[in-house]
Amino acid sequence: MIRMVFTIIAGVLLGGIVHFVSVLALPKIATHDAYARLTPMTKLNEVTALPLVDPTTEPMPLMDPAFAMAACRYDLARGPIKLTVPVSQAYTSVSFYTRNDVAYYAINDRSAGRRVIELDLMTEAQHAALPEDEEVTAADRLIIDSPTTTGLILLKAMAPEPGLMPQAQASLAAASCRVQTDQPSKQPDQPAAKRR
Amino acid sequence: MRLISLTLLALVIAAIVGLGSTWMTATRGTSFGALKIGAWTARPKNGTSEVDPYSRATIARSGELPVGTGDGITFSATTDDRKRPLDGRCDVVVSGVTPAARFWTLTLYDRNGHIVANALQRYGFTSQEVVRSADGAFEIHVASRARAGNWLPTGGIERYALMLRLYDTPVGVATRTQRDAPMPAIATVGCP
Repeated sequence: MIRMVFTIIAGVLLGGIVHFVSVLALPKIATHDAYARLTPMTKLNEVTALPLVDPTTEPMPLMDPAFAMAACRYDLARGPIKLTVPVSQAYTSVSFYTRNDVAYYAINDRSAGRRVIELDLMTEAQHAALPEDEEVTAADRLIIDSPTTTGLILLKAMAPEPGLMPQAQASLAAASCRVQTDQPSKQPDQPAAKRR
Repeated sequence: MRLISLTLLALVIAAIVGLGSTWMTATRGTSFGALKIGAWTARPKNGTSEVDPYSRATIARSGELPVGTGDGITFSATTDDRKRPLDGRCDVVVSGVTPAARFWTLTLYDRNGHIVANALQRYGFTSQEVVRSADGAFEIHVASRARAGNWLPTGGIERYALMLRLYDTPVGVATRTQRDAPMPAIATVGCP
């Protein structure tokens, strides 16, 4: 009898450990998380328009049907990424997710404060390797540090009424996300030594 | 022999208790860090890097992408103000005002997080679409049959969830009470 009680207590305690380990491991082993769902329908380091949120075509659960969406699945191994998103009429936002779907940064059109949201996305190592004087000349550039080398950028443009959806989609179609292999076009006269 | 069978039993109990509780928390969620106002629940930290491990597991399992904090916040409700589960066959009225935000949207999902097909192709309301009374308050009728005014069709499904998303809003990690964030009331007014 005492052995049986001991067995049950040991089982429950061990179960607690199994619980914590499995909760922590779930994000790493989930095969149907948002990143995995978007992988077959998006191109790497390019903006891909996502289908409208509709009962037959929604790419992921719990998405807002009032938005046109596009995604850029990124890999920073080949260099930092430059993201340009023109602002739509109503509301535009850009959200950054790690490979494991943690939303580490998001910005909307008003906090970007311009007609175009322009961002440089890089790993912390790439940011640290930036020449210091360049950071001064590019003070108006917004630099985001990605905690992981790969991840997702979700671009959203709101259609406050269904009739405005084509406009929202058109503004996202003009967005770009690409690996920054050459000089930023803003500073064409920079010496070649500062190439990243 | 007895030792082996007892060890096996302990391991079986461990697997059932451990994986079962993980499944429960990942599907139903936990109340850690949850902001509850009336029938509405939000998890402001889900849109940040400080998301708790249980929410991370829930997000990974469902395959959603949470709304980032710089973008907005999501409030969800699965019951009315009297804790009665939202039933698609009943008439439910969502009324009142919403917290300060540049835009908001109210969307109806089934319990798996999918929007519900209907002939009107209406899956929710945006703050710009909704018809308001003179004092700025609104009343949305969530029902399976057509209603006058703001009608949100349920498709007659048994259980559903409402999500109120606020975009470009001061509501977030610092929000605590109804006074900071006046949420609309949810009332079941009639069941067939």
